[in-house]
Amino acid sequence: MHELALIQELCALAQAAAEQQGATRITQLWLQVGDRCGVDADALRLAFAVVQEQHCWRQTHLNLELVPTQCRCHRCQQPYRPEDVVALCPHCGGLECDRLTGQELTLMAVEVA
Amino acid sequence: MCNGAVHRLELQQRLLSRNDQDAARNRRQFQRLGLQVVNLLSAPGSGKTSLLEQLARRWPRPPIGVIVGDLATDHDATRLRQAGARSVQICTGDRCHLDAVLVERALAQLDAAALDLLVIENVGNLVCPTAFDLGEQRRVAVLAVTEGEDKPLKYPALFATADAVLINKSDLADAVGFDRAAAHHNLRAVAPRAPVFEVSARQGESLTAWMQWLEQPHGLGP
Ligand SMILES: [Zn+2]
Repeated sequence: MHELALIQELCALAQAAAEQQGATRITQLWLQVGDRCGVDADALRLAFAVVQEQHCWRQTHLNLELVPTQCRCHRCQQPYRPEDVVALCPHCGGLECDRLTGQELTLMAVEVA
Repeated sequence: MCNGAVHRLELQQRLLSRNDQDAARNRRQFQRLGLQVVNLLSAPGSGKTSLLEQLARRWPRPPIGVIVGDLATDHDATRLRQAGARSVQICTGDRCHLDAVLVERALAQLDAAALDLLVIENVGNLVCPTAFDLGEQRRVAVLAVTEGEDKPLKYPALFATADAVLINKSDLADAVGFDRAAAHHNLRAVAPRAPVFEVSARQGESLTAWMQWLEQPHGLGP
């Protein structure tokens, strides 16, 4: 459900940026979606399809850029990609880490005409 | 733009940036009020309301404030008021989470200056509320023993963002075959830094350690 709210937020941000440029049409959107941001990419696509039933978004293409999780181990400071929900460090077995990427939910760019 | 030229605008705007701004405003307001605020998250049916009734009765400086997010009814807020809490219900309707603006409006209905602890009882949902900052200083995730010890592995985002985890209905653990050791192991794996408290609304004294944690002021510095 919250995917629709997020897509509406996406559209509001894009529209504001387009209006600032005096553009009348938004042809493409680029959205970065981290794999641990709590939002499902398919659900976002579905929610965007709902928005596209409105005339002004019918010609807009949504590009989703999926970002995999990257961690940095607190103990050995090495970066790694966790294989599981448990972010165990493959180098030293450490459990505590900083998440470098994977939480993104970011409107990167819009293409306007 | 009649020439049909297209161009690309670089934005790099977080989708939740408006909610983040609203949450930052709440956070400043909480700080001004000297108010400790906890966002309580869980699956539906984890027993948050009963737990908060106990907390309301036992908190040394009553009343506590509770903002309750619920899909439809205001039943929970009524129960909490009967337990001595100051409580406002937000009926979220078809929304599956609270956002920072809803909390800001609810706060205006509480006489918050008289409070030192505010708990936001989020909508029972393991996925959606995690993404929304409400301005709270601390997040607490609740796992009821009836949900099973592997819940933290199935919904890691909820537990990984928590500052503390409550294992609730702990008096039922043996009856439902809850594997305590496995639960603690799984929680350490997804939330290595969060302290874990076993609590039960039916055994009020079980709240003591969690209440001591709540008493430690957090995020109210100058
Ligand atoms: Zn390591």
